[in-house]
Amino acid sequence: MTTPLDRIFNVSLVGVGGQGILLTSDVLALAAMHAGLDVKKSEIHGMSQRGGSVISQVRFGVQVRSPIIPDGQSDVLVSFERTEALRWAHLAKPGAKILVNDMDRIPVTVSSGLQAPVQDADKRLAAYPGLTLIDANPLAIQAGNLRAANVVLMGALSAFVPFGEEHWQSALRERIPAKLLDVNLRAFAAGRAAAR
Amino acid sequence: MKKLLSANQAIAWAAYRAGCRVAAAYPGTPSTEILEHVAEFKGAIDCEWSVNEKVAMEIGVGASLAGVRALVAMKHVGLNVAMDPLMTFTYVGAIGGMVIVNADDPSMHSSQNEQDNRALAKFAKCLLFEPADSQETYDMVTAGFALSEKYQVPVIVRTTTRTAHTSTIVDIGSGERGEVPGIPYVKNAQRNVAVPAHGRLMRFAVEKRSVALRELSENSPFNRAEPGAGDLGFVASGVAYQYVKEVFPEAPVFKVGLSCPPPIEKIRAFAAGVKRLVVVEESDPVLAEQIRAAGIPVVEPQTELRMMELNPTRLAALRAELLGAPAPEAPQPETGIPVRPPVLCSGCSHRGPFHILSKLKATVCGDIGCYTLGSAPPLAAMDTCICMGAAIGAAIGMRKAGLPNKRIAAVMGDSTFFHSGMTGLLDVAYNKIPITVMVFDNRITAMTGHQENPGSGHTLLGEISTQVRVADVARAFGIQRVHEVDPYDLAALEKTFAECLDGDEPAVVVVRGPCVLHEKWAGKSVNEVDVVKCTACGACFRIGCPAIVRGAAKDPAGKRFQSRIDPQFCTGCNLCAQVCKFGAISPAK
Repeated sequence: MTTPLDRIFNVSLVGVGGQGILLTSDVLALAAMHAGLDVKKSEIHGMSQRGGSVISQVRFGVQVRSPIIPDGQSDVLVSFERTEALRWAHLAKPGAKILVNDMDRIPVTVSSGLQAPVQDADKRLAAYPGLTLIDANPLAIQAGNLRAANVVLMGALSAFVPFGEEHWQSALRERIPAKLLDVNLRAFAAGRAAAR
Repeated sequence: MKKLLSANQAIAWAAYRAGCRVAAAYPGTPSTEILEHVAEFKGAIDCEWSVNEKVAMEIGVGASLAGVRALVAMKHVGLNVAMDPLMTFTYVGAIGGMVIVNADDPSMHSSQNEQDNRALAKFAKCLLFEPADSQETYDMVTAGFALSEKYQVPVIVRTTTRTAHTSTIVDIGSGERGEVPGIPYVKNAQRNVAVPAHGRLMRFAVEKRSVALRELSENSPFNRAEPGAGDLGFVASGVAYQYVKEVFPEAPVFKVGLSCPPPIEKIRAFAAGVKRLVVVEESDPVLAEQIRAAGIPVVEPQTELRMMELNPTRLAALRAELLGAPAPEAPQPETGIPVRPPVLCSGCSHRGPFHILSKLKATVCGDIGCYTLGSAPPLAAMDTCICMGAAIGAAIGMRKAGLPNKRIAAVMGDSTFFHSGMTGLLDVAYNKIPITVMVFDNRITAMTGHQENPGSGHTLLGEISTQVRVADVARAFGIQRVHEVDPYDLAALEKTFAECLDGDEPAVVVVRGPCVLHEKWAGKSVNEVDVVKCTACGACFRIGCPAIVRGAAKDPAGKRFQSRIDPQFCTGCNLCAQVCKFGAISPAK
């Protein structure tokens, strides 16, 4: 997919603090810039380190205005765990690609019994035609480090974004420290393969 | 040279390129990263974490009067703290360029209120810029230094959480350091000593300057009409401009970048070319009221635009109202999704003391920091939280009001204590108020991402420095009853807290333990639950630790659950073992 962009392409990335969402959106935005596009990357991460939800949005095209994606206009939604995918599913266009790391990070209010857990998560997720579940954690371990699960998801995302893989590669090299690059390149390749 | 920069990064680059020599700030989301990025230009700019925003502002004032360019950064409520120096500095006037970055937080993503500080620029008769992206932020900070010098006026750049934390492409020119010679310092009491006799002269000078600033605004390239089609026109400022351009791409727009003072005559000319004029600004009607006051008709839409962040979805509703088009069908969010509030981390040193305060049924006046999370269930150990440092004053007031509960505690962190808690504590000592001031001391400003403070022992640039001990400060103030306790020893906490809360003299308890996110956790071991001994009493759930999760149901109805400890999150702090009456929790073998 390397067609020129005649409209704005929108990606929403959601999950929980500490899952590497911001690095993923950083690399995506850099890759878009390397591809010669205008880009805006916007994130809300005020108390993310304390277990709260994190959302980052990246938009690219010839000229991007709003940093916020209108609800229901995300071309791809990437969720780093399952509950957040349901929470933010309304950001995605009808039929849009929804990539979800197939794992649960239970909110503490649920694990301690203050709130009910999500009912029928499997069924509700399956109702989205664009859903692809990615086993990012085992793939990251295979690549050499569980912490690269975000880069597995990045690789999966790369298969649905309208610019070439070379721009991802150059952005990864710019953003990832040299000693961690090999693991991350393997994780990226595994994710890209898994999404196809 | 083009770079992808957040507005916070762009500010640091602009300061570096514009020859700024002094920078000072107190951390506060979403402004914190500015000084961290300034610090990356090692040596070029003298930068520090100030003890509070007032001190930061005064440092900027001194540097400016000494003839060099200065940058001061803070979040919106920080400017409340710094208003005192600003309100008179604006009379005295800048010499070296003085740029104040003020970060507002529409939607209160991480703030206690949603005040719109653009009103304060009007109040202080300053210049105010409202950037719409990182490039504009860069350009406005750059222009701000020069205009501050030219008009001898403090310049405020108002970012918002959205602009501060959005990255866009910025052209930073050569990227090289700009050198600006300092303006030679001349002692001039009539100019720089604000006493009544001088102040009256300054007062007239300020009004004269305001006339010149209005002229500047009318001719500024940051204020411009963008032509379009149709009889509906917009005035828009800050990031709201981007939403208007996205949702009304065909409409004529007057873009306000230099918004205080506003370019009223240019707006009047623009308004003459449209039938309906709508002002889109985030949050209060600061521009709309001034435009209306000038006799220019402004349409007030029914669509609510005043509270919380704007976004293109909300502007689509405005479009439907103004153009009579049907509202776009917004996809409905899924229901029944549990909220995911931020919580105290597993192993957090604040958890134990809040558990004990809850157990002792103390009335707790809280403060601003991670520990405000102690107000949430299940700990629910906080009665009030107002602003930085307010815990102590509020606790004094509660005591004076004759609250039946004599167990009154003020709780704040170390950074907040140094920021504005020390003056409150001096009041406690001086007026002999029998309350207990508790400082939860983790030696770092944790909530904003671990910035150094006077208790850390090192500075923004990592230099070793004095390490102020809170107990020493309390003793120096003349407080007799001062304790230091370990946050992980619940028995010691309970004994000390109870003695102090039930005493009849001022007391200070410093609860000392490092932030688990910041320091490599030394414990290493993890706890586990013995399923034979666990009775599903629920006591361990009530300390609200994210590592303690539901295990097996203990009764047929599925109402009572045993606990289980998630080894991925357990730090081995051992609080849960101390609250378990059945000895069911212990370090894993």
